[in-house]
This record gives sequence, C-alpha cells and structure tokens, in this order.
Amino acid sequence: MKSHTPARSRWRRLGIATSAAMLIAGMAGCASVNVAAKPAATFAPQKQDSTSTITIWADATRVPAIQAYEKAHPDAKVNLVTFSTSGTVFQTKINLFDKTGSGWPDVVFDSHLTDLDWAASGKTPFAAPLNVELKGAGGQVFPSSKFKDFAKGALDPCTIDGTVYCVRNDLAQNVFWYNRDLMDQFGYKIPTTWEEFENLGAKLSKEHPGYVLGSVGDALQAQVFFWGAKCPINSLNGNKFSANTSAPECVKMAKVIDNMVANGSLTTDALLGNTYPGKYGAKTLGLVGPAWFGQYIFSKVLQVPAGKVAAAAPLHWSGDAPATGSVGGGVWYISSHSTNLKAASALVNWVTTDTGIQSIASTYPAYVPAAKAWLDNPKNTSYFANDVGPVFEKAAGQVWNGWSSTSRADPSNNWASFVIPQVIQGKSVVETLPGWQDQILNLAKSVGYDVSGKSK
Amino acid sequence: MFTTQVQGVVDARHPTSVQPGRRKRRPGLAGYGFVSLYTLLLIAFGVGPALYAVYLAFVNADGQFVGLGQFVKVATDYRFAESFINIGGYVVIWLVTLLVLTVGLALIVHQRSRFVSSTLRFIFYLPGALAGVAGVLVWLFMLDPTTSPFSSLLHVLGMNSFQKVILPPNLPWLFVIIAFWIGAGGWIVIMYGALNNIPNEIMDASKVDGANAFQLAWYIQIPMISKWIIYMAVLAFAGGTQLFVEPQLLGNNISPTWSPNELNYVYAFANNDFNGAAALSLYLLLICAIGAFFLISRSGLFKVDDE
Repeated sequence: MKSHTPARSRWRRLGIATSAAMLIAGMAGCASVNVAAKPAATFAPQKQDSTSTITIWADATRVPAIQAYEKAHPDAKVNLVTFSTSGTVFQTKINLFDKTGSGWPDVVFDSHLTDLDWAASGKTPFAAPLNVELKGAGGQVFPSSKFKDFAKGALDPCTIDGTVYCVRNDLAQNVFWYNRDLMDQFGYKIPTTWEEFENLGAKLSKEHPGYVLGSVGDALQAQVFFWGAKCPINSLNGNKFSANTSAPECVKMAKVIDNMVANGSLTTDALLGNTYPGKYGAKTLGLVGPAWFGQYIFSKVLQVPAGKVAAAAPLHWSGDAPATGSVGGGVWYISSHSTNLKAASALVNWVTTDTGIQSIASTYPAYVPAAKAWLDNPKNTSYFANDVGPVFEKAAGQVWNGWSSTSRADPSNNWASFVIPQVIQGKSVVETLPGWQDQILNLAKSVGYDVSGKSK
Repeated sequence: MFTTQVQGVVDARHPTSVQPGRRKRRPGLAGYGFVSLYTLLLIAFGVGPALYAVYLAFVNADGQFVGLGQFVKVATDYRFAESFINIGGYVVIWLVTLLVLTVGLALIVHQRSRFVSSTLRFIFYLPGALAGVAGVLVWLFMLDPTTSPFSSLLHVLGMNSFQKVILPPNLPWLFVIIAFWIGAGGWIVIMYGALNNIPNEIMDASKVDGANAFQLAWYIQIPMISKWIIYMAVLAFAGGTQLFVEPQLLGNNISPTWSPNELNYVYAFANNDFNGAAALSLYLLLICAIGAFFLISRSGLFKVDDE
C-alpha cells in the first residue's frame, strides 16, 4: 500500500477530528442519566420442586460435614462442589451467573462476612431472606426456633434491617493467646489491658530480645488491634459509612503499635507469611488473635507442641468495658434462585446446628448448644494448656459492635497495602493515620457507600 | 472481495489463460478456508466481547445510554491515576530492558559457535515454558528471603523479609524481572531467527570493509532486524499494560489495584460494575492502539514495497 498524498490525508484527518468532536459533544449531552444506576431488590422464590437435587459449594474444610449429611440423610440429593472461598471467587461466579441468568448453586459456604453487602442487594439478590414468611416457599426458609440459640451478635453479620440473609457457622472472637511455658519461665503476668500489653512488650524486648507479642504485618491485624481498640474506622449504618482515624482510641492504639514495633516486641513480618513461623514460631510469648488461632496458627503454622498454649480474656483499654475484635468466621448462604429451598434449608440447618457434627468441626461453633458440645469434645481442647471454654464463651459476647464486619470498605486491606509498607520504610503508624482514613473513605465511596457525613 | 473470488475460480478453471505473475497476487478459495475457523473464533471470542465492552461502556446497569459518563466515573476514581502511573513506570522499564537485553543477547548468541548458541537459546527459552501463573509462583519463592536460593543476596540488599522485598518502590523492577524471566527467552529465539535472515553476502561484505563486531551489530544487524524489534515492542507494550497476575499474586501487602487491569477486575468482580470495567478496558485499548499506531506508522512495519 502506498501512503496517501499529504493533502488527502490532511482532509481525512480533519474529517475524523470533526466527527469525533461531534460525537463527544452529543454524548456529553446525554450524560445526565444516572451512571451508577442501582436496580431495586425484589425477591420471589422460584417454583419449588422438592425432588430436585441441590448444589452445594463449600471449601475443603467443610466437605466432611456435607459428606456426613449425605450419610445421615440417604434420601437427600446433594451435588457437592468444592471451591476456594478465598478472594472474590464466590462473588465473581455469582456476578457471572447473574449475567447469564442461570447456574447458581443452592447453598454456599462463605468464609467472608463482607459478602453480605452484595449478596443481599442488586436486582435479584443472591441471598434468600431466611427469617421472613415467603409465599410459595411454605413459610420461613430457616426455622426461627433455631435462630434464637445462636450466640449473642453471631447473626449480626448476616442481618440487614432485621432480615437475616445467612446462617453463621463459626465464631472468631479474639482472645489473648500465650505460651504458658514461656510466661512462667520469664515470670511475667498475663496482660489484661492494652496498656499492660505495651508494658509487657517493653519489658520483653529488654529482658528477652528476639521474643515477640505477635505481628502487625497482615491485613487481619487491623481487626486484631483496631477493632479490639474500639477505633471507629469501619462504621456502617444503613448505607452511611464513616471512618475517623483521629478518634482517641485509634491514636492510642497507633502509639502502642509504634512503640512496640520500635522496641521489637511486635514485628512487621506477616504472621501468615513465610518468615514469621521460622523466625518467631518458638519465640512468640503471646498474641491477640481469634479463637481459631489456637489450633490453626499455634499448632499447625507455628508448630508449638501441645500443652503449652493457653487462652486468656481479650485485651481492652484500662478503665473501659471489656471489648474485643473478631477475625473471620464463616456463614452459609441459601440461594434465592433455588428450586428446592426446603432441602437447602434442611442441609444448612443440620451443618450449623447439629451438635454431633459441630462438635467435631475445626472451629468454634456459632450455635450455642453446638459450641458446648464442641468444648466437651476433648479433641478440640486437649491441645491447650488451660480450659479455653470459659474464655471463648465470655469473649463471644464481647465483640465490639461498632466495627462493621460486613462493610466492603473494611480497613484491613488498606492496613496491609497502605500502612504497613510505610511503617516498614520507617514511618510511624500515627503519621499514616490521616492517609489511611482517606484510603478507607475513598474505598467506601467507590463501593457505593454514602460517606458525606465524615468527621475529621 | 467478491470479484476477486470469482476471478480466483475462473483462474483455477483456465490456468493457462492467466499470466503467472497476476495469479500469484489473487488469493484462492483455499486461503479463505484456512482462515475461516480462526476468523470465526476470533469473532466469537475476540471481536464479539470487545464490541460488547464498547456497548457496556456507554450504558449503565439498566442499559440506559449515559454517554461518556462511565469514562468520567472511572477516570475520577481515586485509584485511576495511581494505577496508570504504576503501569507507566513499569512499561518504560520493561520496554527498555526487553529491547536492549533481548537484542543484545541475540546478537551475542548469534556470534557464538553453533553448539554454544543452541544451548544458550534453549536455556533462555526454558523459563518461558512455564505458564504465566506458575512462573510468578516460582518468583514468590525466589523473592522471599526465607525460601530463596538467593537469600544471602537479598539480605545484602537489606531485604530480610518478604515485605521489604515487595515495598512499593521495588515493585516495577520486580515485575520487570519476572516478566523478563518468563517472556524474554521466546523473543531472543525470534531475534536470533531474524539475524539468521540477514544475507551472508552483506555480513561478509561488511567484514571485508573492516567492520568490527560492534559496528556490524549497530550499522548492519540492528537496522536490518528493526521491523522485528518494532514488532516485539508493539506486543510487549500491549502485554505490559495488561499486567495483572504478578501484582495479584504477590499478596496482601500490595495494593489490590496496583495495575489498571487489577482496578478493572475490582470494578467488574468486587463492585459488580461491568460498565465501569468496560470503560476502563477501553482506556487501556486506546493507549495500546495509540502506542501501536505510533510505532507502526513511524517504522513502516506493515509497509509492503510495491517496487
């Protein structure tokens, strides 16, 4: 192909430019239509077929429970699909099914509480409402008698305006974990407040350098330290979101962390990373973490032998009412698209409230009678050096309700990707607080929350 | 196109009546047969979705036309500028490194004996045999001082934890290292092939004229393979701006929206905003198209000499 003569190409360019300009002008004129249209939610059950097979999505940990259900209920028609609950896999798939209009599973186990927000909104929300009478579904999807016996606050992460959209599987209340052998050997007293925790850190770093009281490097540490400190940076009220990192609780906690990172009693190496277990596995005097940390982190990741690890009451501010944070906890969703809500509900009911199956679950059950059975099972508690039952039960009701576990502007991700890199580069947490707040509020705005009432 | 086909058929029936020179230029029906399957798949999985994205970018979730609204929305997102700055830094380092090192290595390999050069080509190509994600996973271990075979080197650089390795200022360099390790081998082989295409007469003539290895490379070899180099630059530019897997897999201590493609992913699958994601993807397309247009028009890559 030979190139055009300059004159012709100039005319052509002019033509393209003119039409592009006209196109843009025309489009700008129409820009008054709402860009972020959010369709209103409606829910009507599908035509029910009590003989249809239900599809279950669950992570590998939950597979034995489903298999046990199939064994106990030979007539149940269950199609089990194992999937990874990490990341946004669940949401991604549901979004795509929403686009294509078919393919949804009937029941989903989810390890993120933050999914409620999208699962219960949209044109046809994925999550079926579980505690309201539904025409065509034969009443309420999940038996109300069972809902009464869940731990206090356990269903909060499943509830929007009084409607329950999921069933809590397990709790993740934070407690203070410690290595009793080390504690005895060093002659230290177990801290009960954040102030004592900070003092213990100072003492530890002086007398036993190299030993630590945990890490601040993971995303989840925001829920350990700032949720536990009652720092109001994740407050969701309806669609109104607010974050205020300059609140006294936040600044106090930032200072505790700064001092402890400076003296080495808290590390920035992520607890769930590769460095921590080898470097600090045997040198962790104690740390704040959820109920599932005992057997998962101490036993499997840090490989602390049985009979050493003990749990104590969660830390709180001196002179303040006891409060704690929470890290994780799974929930079960029932699909609003299911053609067999009865079978789906029966399965969820069984896996969450059957004391037999929950007593051998890997994590502390949210259903109170099941939690008692869990604590009675020596397999769950023989690893520990003390009786964790009273500690777990008490802490379960102390989770601070000012931190929304369902908000999608959860400060944890920003903590790990925005605050921690700066701390590693030498900045203090206190210095990063204003920037962190901007990050949290920007994120909240981008996912559709109203942040107009922000206080600075 | 229709007339060409008809003539093609006529030509086939009366081969003797056509001058051999003209026949060469006309594609026969067989050609269409060969490309048809590819074209169908391209339309179904390439052009179709791209057109759908164009449609999505101009409407909202209800399908109402919103003009440039989605484009304005994503451009004013607080992560937009940051992710494009990140990717810009990366692409510049990546292109320079790729061009200099692949051409340089190909030239060096080309001057070695046959055995040495084929061995080196194989070694360079080897990492490329690992699929993208697997390659990145290898680097997850390589970059972690706890597991890396080069941990002493990382310690010397003051990087005694994985978090220190993946600090924001290091990221573009890390991604370039990973991308080069995975992708450069294939390009070295291609450049080597291009160098083989240079007629021996020209090389010999230059040597007779007294050109040393550097002059040979600079005045003869590089200009003669410039089209391949431009081709590599165009593809590497497009691939580079679409960086996704590397930052996504390096963990929580990296912003989940480091690159525009990650932001795109967040829009589509965390915010369920396919329209915003489509608009963002068109920005990327536009940038790639401008970059490619600039390179191709300046270099005359697709210019066919009529003589």
